[in-house]
Amino acid sequence: MSALKIKKGSSKHSAYDLRNPNAEIIETHTLAVVVDNEAGVLARVIGLFSGRGYNIESLTVAEVDHTGHRSRITIVTTGTPQVIEQIKAQLGRMVPVHRVQDLTVEGPSVERELALFKVSATGEKRLEALRLADIFRANVVDSTLESFVFSVAGATEKIEAFADLMRPLGLIETARTGVAALTRGPE
Amino acid sequence: MVVQALKDQGVDVVFGYPGGAVLPIYDEIFQDQGIKHILVRHEQGAAHAAEGYARSTGKPGVVLVTSGPGATNAVTGITDALMDSIPMVVLSGQVPTFMIGSDAFQEADTVGITRPCTKHNWLVKDTDALAGTIHEAFHVATSGRPGPVLVDIPKDVQFASGTYVEPREAPQGHYNPRVKGDIEMITEMVAAMETAERPIFYTGGGVINSGNVASQLLREFVEATGFPITSTLMGLGAYPASGKHWLGMLGMHGLYEANMAMHGCDLMINVGARFDDRITGRIADFSPHSAKAHIDIDPSSINKVIHVDYPIIGDVGHVLEDALRIWKARGRKVNKEGLAKWWAQIEEWQAINCLTFKNSDQIIKPQHALQRLEALTKGHDRYICTEVGQHQMWAAQFLGFEDPHRWMTSGGLGTMGYGLPASIGVQVAHPESLVINVAGDASFLMNLQELGTASQYDLPVKQFIMNNERLGMVRQWQELLHGERYSHSWSEALPDFVKLAEAFGGKGIQVSDPADLDDAIMEMIRYDGPVIMDCLVEKHENCFPMIPSGEPHNSMLLGDASTQDAIGTTGAVLV
Repeated sequence: MSALKIKKGSSKHSAYDLRNPNAEIIETHTLAVVVDNEAGVLARVIGLFSGRGYNIESLTVAEVDHTGHRSRITIVTTGTPQVIEQIKAQLGRMVPVHRVQDLTVEGPSVERELALFKVSATGEKRLEALRLADIFRANVVDSTLESFVFSVAGATEKIEAFADLMRPLGLIETARTGVAALTRGPE
Repeated sequence: MVVQALKDQGVDVVFGYPGGAVLPIYDEIFQDQGIKHILVRHEQGAAHAAEGYARSTGKPGVVLVTSGPGATNAVTGITDALMDSIPMVVLSGQVPTFMIGSDAFQEADTVGITRPCTKHNWLVKDTDALAGTIHEAFHVATSGRPGPVLVDIPKDVQFASGTYVEPREAPQGHYNPRVKGDIEMITEMVAAMETAERPIFYTGGGVINSGNVASQLLREFVEATGFPITSTLMGLGAYPASGKHWLGMLGMHGLYEANMAMHGCDLMINVGARFDDRITGRIADFSPHSAKAHIDIDPSSINKVIHVDYPIIGDVGHVLEDALRIWKARGRKVNKEGLAKWWAQIEEWQAINCLTFKNSDQIIKPQHALQRLEALTKGHDRYICTEVGQHQMWAAQFLGFEDPHRWMTSGGLGTMGYGLPASIGVQVAHPESLVINVAGDASFLMNLQELGTASQYDLPVKQFIMNNERLGMVRQWQELLHGERYSHSWSEALPDFVKLAEAFGGKGIQVSDPADLDDAIMEMIRYDGPVIMDCLVEKHENCFPMIPSGEPHNSMLLGDASTQDAIGTTGAVLV
């Protein structure tokens, strides 16, 4: 189109080619990152994701080894295979990072999260909510005459499914912990 | 304790600027004559000077600044060092621990601000941890892929007394990147080298960072195989410009033969470079028919931009040593027939003579100025710094570098204002050498206050300003891509550079007639003290060759003629 053959996708104001050269399938991966529990370490990890434009679907963090001051950060992220590899490499080269595990590719793993749902309903809807909670093995952890707070633990899909069912029944507030994950097996 | 830690780390020079939150450290420096302190005029200058020092010596540069504005002023230089993998240790003062978070005078969240622009940083809250942290900081800055680190030290921690630990007693962190490459992968790469018809070495700053041994090994490998070699801006000098396999720099303003060879090769051996966008052009069409090997110490560089076939994570020096050994053990094989054809093709490209420019006897052409500078300084013990812009690219094209550590330029970040303070850092490290900063008029003005530093410490840095009264590179892009609408790309109200030099206690020389150029350059070299050479050059010269952004290597613009044709055929964007 122009002398410099600026391609579609480039901005008229910029000569940079802005098209994504590697548009591929987006995958979801769960990463477990073991870090030194030092001041600012979470900010470092989150800053890496925001600074380089990676996605965070879910993030949990807690100290898991009190004597060694190690924390485990579990991150669910999405991206093309190339981006996922890049995220792992970028995490791996950070000074306080000890280990990066991609639980999605390193064999089978278990993933669990905990969610609390406040459902406000009376009459038939209230009963239906209670019946469904029973099916999902959700616990009632608070109750008034017009409301319940349910506690559900399980894989993300189960939590999502329960939320979908509660919505028409009067779901008014949700709190979720994010995913905690471990590989299966003895190692 | 801070000064002791620095001395134990082998530091001889610190670039800094005092302020309230670092007074205890400055007091230590005052009482201990073991470390030379260079007082800069702005903290950005301290960081760039430390970069110049580091890049020209291979040792980490050390910066000392105060809290708040002291630290924030240093941020550009720290970011520059991160992008170009320059080892640097920044010590910043901080308000006392009990005042952190209270918006105290000159308080800034320095570790927060510098987190994304350092390799790592620390806030030291306990004096007992101070020495150990400084030792770890040096370890992190210099090992693996080098980079800047920052240690933020609150004032009460500086005042309190604590236990000093020596470097070897300091707690070892777990940070220890691997330096040896995977032998199987190296062997596969060597096998590919044996049969390749059109191989090329594409080298970068990693060779220089790896140390002089890496450059030596690279030279030996190139000579032994007879493969052509090109380099990025950051890697100039690792292989000598006078070497017979040298194709010149590649990239956006690289040489025609280097870019064509990259495009046409069947085996690319990337040694310590990172497939930067100034190098690759359009990714989809980057060297489409080649197998690619990539040697890099940073795993995140591998497959970041370009997918490679032989990824080798390790230090360039170690990997080249193994590769060379394996190649020799396997019988020093190369594809002689293929190589001969390849070189014949390369010679055709070289015959285009892509750096040709139309010289003038009326006005100094910037390319000509650099050719003369090269001719008249070649034999000297010479270090070259640059600012950022057209002059930088011309310097890379027209000056030849025979050894590593002789070329200091801001590559990744492209920081205007880098060159003058960097030249000061270089001159501090090499007091007897000829240190020249090739500058543009606009870049030079960004840190000109450092002339005061040069003057104070009798640093005879030569500021070679190619003055076109323009932001030349911006102007060039506006001409080529923005319809010749020159929005704010000219320098009005430029100072009289001769008087400016004199005002700072240096010498000023102005030259505008090509016939006077040689004498002016000689006068600059001979003068024992800081010089500003105001070289008035052609105002509208464009820097060629050029790969337009988003284009592949084989669609280069070679000169004004090709541009004018290009403009004639379309006009949608350009007119």
